[in-house]
Amino acid sequence: MQLNQLTITDAAKGLRTGEFSSEELTNACLAAIQEQDHDIHAFLKISDRAADAAKEADRLFKDNPDAASPLTGIPLAMKDNILVEGEYCTAGSRMLENYIASYDATVIRKLKNQNAILLGKTNMDDSAMGSSTESSAFGPTKNPHDLTRVPGGSSGGSAAAVAAHMCLGALGSDTGGSIRQPASFCGIVGMKPTYGAVSRHGLIAMASSLDQIGPMAKTVADAELLFHAIKGQDGFDATVAGQDSFSDEPIPTKLRIGVPKEYFSDGLDQDIKDAITKILAACEQQGAELHEVSLPHSSYALPAYYIIVPSEVSSNLARLDGIRYGYHHEQSMTLFDVYAQSRARGFGPEIKRRIMLGTYALSAGYYDAYYTKAQQVRRLISKDFSDAFAKVDVLIGPTTPTPAFMCGEKKDDPLKMYLADIYTVAVNLAGLPGISIPAGFVMRGNAKLPVGLQLIAPRFHENQLFTVGKMIETLQP
Amino acid sequence: MITKEDVQHIAHLARIELTPEEEERFQHDLSAILQFVEQLNQVDTTGIEPMTGGTHLEQITRMDAQINTDLEHRSAGLIEATSEKRGQMVSVKSVFE
Repeated sequence: MQLNQLTITDAAKGLRTGEFSSEELTNACLAAIQEQDHDIHAFLKISDRAADAAKEADRLFKDNPDAASPLTGIPLAMKDNILVEGEYCTAGSRMLENYIASYDATVIRKLKNQNAILLGKTNMDDSAMGSSTESSAFGPTKNPHDLTRVPGGSSGGSAAAVAAHMCLGALGSDTGGSIRQPASFCGIVGMKPTYGAVSRHGLIAMASSLDQIGPMAKTVADAELLFHAIKGQDGFDATVAGQDSFSDEPIPTKLRIGVPKEYFSDGLDQDIKDAITKILAACEQQGAELHEVSLPHSSYALPAYYIIVPSEVSSNLARLDGIRYGYHHEQSMTLFDVYAQSRARGFGPEIKRRIMLGTYALSAGYYDAYYTKAQQVRRLISKDFSDAFAKVDVLIGPTTPTPAFMCGEKKDDPLKMYLADIYTVAVNLAGLPGISIPAGFVMRGNAKLPVGLQLIAPRFHENQLFTVGKMIETLQP
Repeated sequence: MITKEDVQHIAHLARIELTPEEEERFQHDLSAILQFVEQLNQVDTTGIEPMTGGTHLEQITRMDAQINTDLEHRSAGLIEATSEKRGQMVSVKSVFE
């Protein structure tokens, strides 16, 4: 096995025992990038500081091994909407093509403090709006399992980088499924923490009431390590909760698994349904109880999401005005034209579509009909989950309705693209933690495509996601 | 549904200059999406409090005191990120005509 194919957990052991160095591990990842990324295009930028950081980690292991953390010397990739001081941060957008971050995001500061190696920045849909990484202004990322298919999105670059062993783990961001859906398409683990578990300071904002940064990794144990490394209060993001908010209840001996019937109805690919059902049956054999539950407002999650997100987007992206941030159209003569012409040239089509939709939904006369209505439905969706969690410990369903789709298949039809997130958006609306775990494969022609299982827990019950997730990992067909 | 004039009005509010082709495309797209979200009206939301954020936290307060968030004087970097500047000032087109 090559070093870059190791899990974080195993690599940390090897580094600690001196079996190999962080420099060797980092070089193995860089070699894998060199070899494969021409075809996959997971990375937008490789950091030129990675080699030095690896040497520093090696020194730490030698001089002061007690100060090393489980992430010391581990090469990780960062989605390109997370700020790393002094490095480009484009959010996959023409608008921010030349933007250089002036400070470290909290998650980056935490990783740097633990001497993790920041290998580079990964590709993503333009401004994190999309489900295929095809809308990146810098060209699409391909799925390592089949280069004619998308890796999912918007954290498609991070997912593909982990799947192709070009890094040991990565961070993504998830507003409606942008970690879990690409994790599912690429056959890796991707986790969206409870809203308020991880600071958003230094994450380029998309929809502030939904955005969370989360880990993408090869195993649940690795995702758990990364999550604990990045979570917690920082004094910058007021929505972040303290340690006492997190549950430390152990998993009950008789685990009750809720199976939402709405997540297994029309529109779900039969092969995926079979794969998830097989794992559910295996859980039952392990002693878990299966309960059918109902989330009656499920079908309203996407429509509510596509009012709330564009509304928040239209407000958040106002700062990209060609003056404070973003592409500046030199030839504009008036202040209005600087705004309108810079934004016309900097934003991709989906960004414009969402800003306009949000502007409309928030405008006088429509606010209550659209925005307030969507927020009321959001409350009902959240309540569906609380009702379900009164009866069961966790929920299990598919992460996506289909396996990875073909490049170009949905690119020009926004509504079709939105449906790729049908099982993930409700989790964001309710602020819950969710994790996608590999659950076997389906065949499409000669391509063997991964299936993802989504596990959902109550707020701040991340410990249950990890415990049950590790159990499910052992049930792989 | 959405007319071309609506699209032009929204684009003006959103400060995005559109080409005639984009106006046509967005008229179609926005109409389709609004038709899709129309199904929210099937839900009875009488008396339901809107959920306005992602947390259950309410009205967190802090001391009314100045907090120095300028970690190691990073404000210079913010000026650096702007498009046109003179010294430590951001330069923009004239506001009054």
